[in-house]
Amino acid sequence: MLLQINTPVPKDIPLDLPLPEWLLVTLLIVSFLFHIIFINLMVGGSIITLWAQIKGLKNKQYDLFAYEIAKTITVNKSIAVVLGVAPLLSINTLYTVYFYSANALTGFAWIMIIPLVTIAFLLTYLHKYSWTVMSKHRGIHIGIIALSVLIFLFIPLIFLTNVNLMMFPEKWGTVKGFLSALVLPNVFPRYFEFLGACIAVTGIFIVWYNGRKNYPFEDIYYTFTRAQIKRIGYHIALIGLAAQIVFGSIVLMTLPAKGVSFEVIEIMGVAGGLLVLALWWIWKTIKDTDERLDKHFWKIAIAILAFMVCYGGSRQMYRHNALDKHQRMMASHTASFQAMSKEARESPVEEEMDLVIDESLGDLAKGTALFQASCAGCHQLDQQLVGPPIKEMKQIYEGDEEKLIAWIKAPGKKRQELMQMPGFPQIPDEDLKEIAKYILSVE
Amino acid sequence: MDFPMFHLDWLNDRFLIAVIAIIHVMINHGLAVGFIPYITWLEYKGVKNAPPDQITDNKWDNLIYNKMKVAFIITTTIGAMTGVGIWFSVALVSPSSIGSLIRVFYWAWFTEWVVFVTEVVLIMIYYLTWKNSNKSLNAKLKHIRFGAFLSIASWITMVIIVSILGFMMDPGNWNTDKSLLNGFTNPIYLPQLAFRTPVAMLVGGVFGMLLTTIFSRKDSEIRTKAIKYAGRWVLLWTPFAIAGAIFYWNVMPEAMKANMSTAVGSMDFEQYYDLLKYFIVGAASLSIILAIWALAKPKKVNFAVVVLPCLFVFGFLGIFERVREFVRKPYVIGNYMYSNLLREEDYPLYKKDGILKHATYASVHEITPENKVMAGRDVFILTCSRCHTTNGINSIIDVFENMYGKGKPLNEQAMATYIPAMHQGRAFMPPFPGNKKELEALVAYIKQLQESGESLQGAQSAGVAINPLNAVDEVAKGLEAEAAQNKDNETTK
Repeated sequence: MLLQINTPVPKDIPLDLPLPEWLLVTLLIVSFLFHIIFINLMVGGSIITLWAQIKGLKNKQYDLFAYEIAKTITVNKSIAVVLGVAPLLSINTLYTVYFYSANALTGFAWIMIIPLVTIAFLLTYLHKYSWTVMSKHRGIHIGIIALSVLIFLFIPLIFLTNVNLMMFPEKWGTVKGFLSALVLPNVFPRYFEFLGACIAVTGIFIVWYNGRKNYPFEDIYYTFTRAQIKRIGYHIALIGLAAQIVFGSIVLMTLPAKGVSFEVIEIMGVAGGLLVLALWWIWKTIKDTDERLDKHFWKIAIAILAFMVCYGGSRQMYRHNALDKHQRMMASHTASFQAMSKEARESPVEEEMDLVIDESLGDLAKGTALFQASCAGCHQLDQQLVGPPIKEMKQIYEGDEEKLIAWIKAPGKKRQELMQMPGFPQIPDEDLKEIAKYILSVE
Repeated sequence: MDFPMFHLDWLNDRFLIAVIAIIHVMINHGLAVGFIPYITWLEYKGVKNAPPDQITDNKWDNLIYNKMKVAFIITTTIGAMTGVGIWFSVALVSPSSIGSLIRVFYWAWFTEWVVFVTEVVLIMIYYLTWKNSNKSLNAKLKHIRFGAFLSIASWITMVIIVSILGFMMDPGNWNTDKSLLNGFTNPIYLPQLAFRTPVAMLVGGVFGMLLTTIFSRKDSEIRTKAIKYAGRWVLLWTPFAIAGAIFYWNVMPEAMKANMSTAVGSMDFEQYYDLLKYFIVGAASLSIILAIWALAKPKKVNFAVVVLPCLFVFGFLGIFERVREFVRKPYVIGNYMYSNLLREEDYPLYKKDGILKHATYASVHEITPENKVMAGRDVFILTCSRCHTTNGINSIIDVFENMYGKGKPLNEQAMATYIPAMHQGRAFMPPFPGNKKELEALVAYIKQLQESGESLQGAQSAGVAINPLNAVDEVAKGLEAEAAQNKDNETTK
C-alpha cells in the first residue's frame, strides 16, 4: 500500500565535477551523437541484411546485396562500442547517483548486456565468414543473422529503460527489477522512434556507400545498377523516417510532464520539422530520374544530422528539467551530511570499543575488559572456541608473562587443527600487560 | 549507503567483476599487446623469406593472416565487451568507489579512451587491409610498418591503465593531491609494467604457437618454421618475464603493508603470495621447456603439447591479478574509502548515530526487538554484502563456521565480541562501522541465516525500501530547520 510518494534523496559523491557542467554536457551530447550513428548503422544494417538475405532466396542479386551490407556491420559495431565509452563516462560523471541507481535497480538486465552483445557480435562474424561455406544451408545461415538481430533489438530496450528510470527517483521505490522499469511511461515510444532512426540512417548510408567512386560496384553486382541500389536505400530511409515521425509524435505526446518546458517542445518541434524536410527531399528524389538521384543527398544527410543534434539536445534539456529540483535538494543534503560528518570527526564519541570496566574486579578490571573487547571473540574460559581456552594458556605460560605477550604480538602456529592466530602488535604494551595479567589469573 | 545495492547472493559481487576483468586482461595482454608485435614480426619474416620473384611467401602469409583473424575476432568481440563490462559490473557492485574515481580521473580515462579508439581503428585497418596490401611490395612494407604502430598504440594503453590501477593501490595520495601523476610514480607502477609487458609477449607467443597447430597441416614445412619462430619468441621473452615477475613479486608485500593498519600481513594474502612463487617457477619453466622443445623438435609439437602451457601462462596472468586485488584491502581507494564503500572520514558519524539513520535505502531506521533481524539484514547489505554472500562464495556463514566449527550453532555473543575487533586481527577487513544496536541486529540476522539457510535478494530483484529519514519530506524539513537556524545565528550576531 502506497500512502505517500516516497522519493529518496541520496547523498551525492562529495567531490567536485572534473569539468564545468556545460562542458561535460557538451561532451556527453557530442560523443553520444557519434556513438548512436554507428549504433543505428549496426542495428539497421543487421535488419536490412536479414531482409535482403530472405529476399535473396529468390533473387540472387539481393543475396549479394545482403553480403555487402553484412560486411559493414562488423566494422560499424566495433566503432559503435568504442565510441560508446565516452558518453558512458560522461553520463556516469554528470549523473552518478541517478545513472548508477537505475543500473542497480535493473541490474540483471544491465549486466546481461555484456554477454548478449558479445554473442550477437560473434554471430555477426560467424554469419559474415560462413557466407560461401553455408550457401547450401541458407535457412540456418539466415537463422544466425536473425538471432543476432533479435539480440540487437532487445539491447536498446535495456539502455532506454535505464536512461528513463534515472530521471524518476520517485519511482525507484516502486521498481522491482527490469521488467517493472521497462513498463514505465515513454520507454516504448522512444524505442520505436529509435528503430525508425536505425532504418533511416542505414538507408542513407546505403545510398552513400554504393555511390562512392572507389567502390568496385560493377565487379560485385551483375544486374543491379548503382541507381537501383540507391533507390533501395532511399526507400529504406523513407520507411525509417516515416516511422520516426509517427513514433516521435507519440514520444512528444506521452512525455511525463515533469521535465517538459516550452523550450523542450520547441526544439523537439524543430527536430520533427527537419525530419519532415528530409522525408520531402527523399520523396522528390525517388520521383526523379536516375541521373538526379544525388541531387538532394547532402541536404537529406545534413537534415537528419541536424535532427539528431536537436533531438539529443532536447532530451538533455528534458533530463535537466526533470532532475533539477532533485539535484538541488541532493546537493543541500550532501552538504548537511558533510557538516555533520565533520562535526562528528572533530568531537568523536568515546572510541575505546565500549570497554565495560567492572570495578568490582579490582586489579583485574582493565585486563578483563580488554580481553573481552579484543580476544573473547575467539577464546573462552574453559572451552575451545576458535582458539584454545584461557585455562590452557595459563597452564602453558604460568609465570612467564613476557613469553605470553611476545606470542600475542606475533603468534606462531602450534595446533594443526586450528586456524592460525593473527598478531596484535597494535595493542599498546601496557594493555598487553593487563591482558596477560588477566589470563594468568584465571582459576 | 546512497545507492541501491545490487547483490549476487551465490556468485558473489566481487567475483562478477573479477571474472569479467580477468578475461579482459588475458585478451588485452595475450591477444593484443603481446600478440600484435608477434604477428607483425612474422609478417615481416614472410616478406624477408619470400621467393625472389614474389612479395611474400603466400602460404606463410596466409597462416599469419589466419592467426590474426582469430585475435581480431576475439579482441573486437569478447575483448571489447569485457572492457565495457568492467565499467558495467563495477558500476553495479561498487558505485561509490567508481563514482569517486571517475570524478578525479575523468581525463585519465578520457585519454585512455582516445588511445583505445585509435587502437581499435588501427587494428581494423591493419586486419582489413592485409589482403589488399599483398598486391605490391611497397604496400606490404607499409602494412608492416602499420603493424608496428599498432603494437606501440596497444602498449600505450597498457602504460596508461597500469597507472590508473597503480593509483588505486597507492595509499595516502588520494587524500593529499589526487593526481594521476602519483599513479606513475607510485612504487608498484614500474614493477607492474615490467611484469605485464614481457608476460603479454610471452602469452602472445604461446597463444600464437597454439594457433599455428590449428591452422597448418601436420608435417608441413611452414608449420615447422612457424613453430620454431614461436619458440624463439617465447625464449626471448621468458627471461624478461621472470625478471618482471620477481620484481613485481618483491614489491607486493610492501604495497600491501602500506594499506593495512598492522605490520603483519594477512594469512590469506600469505597463502596466495606463496602460491604465486610456484606459479612464477611453473610458468617460467613450462615456457622454457616449450620453447626449447619447439626449437629442437618442431615436428613433435602439436595442439595437445601447446594447450597446457597456453592455459598455464594465461593462468599466470590471472593469479597475479588476484593477488594484486588483495593489496588494496581493506580499502577500495587507499586510506579514503573502505571496501564496504564507506568513507573513512564518515566513520565517527556512523559510530555516533549508527549507519541505518544515514542510509538512503533501509527498511528499518529505528531498531526494536520486533524488527531486529530485518534491521540486521539492512546492516548486512550496507556493510558486508560487497564481499560476502549469505550462502554462496565467501558466505558469512562459512566464514564464521570456519572459525567456530562447521555445523555448530553460531554464538551471537561470540560474534558480537569478534566483529568490532576483527579489523585488528584480520587486517584486510574494514572496521565495523555501525553502533552497538546495529551490531546486535547483524549477529541476530547471521544467526537466523545459519538456521534458515535463506538467501538475500539484491536491489535488482527485490527493489529498494526507502528510508523515510532520507526521503524528500524529512530532508526538506531538515534543510528548512537548518536554514532557519543559520538565519537565527546571523541575527544574534
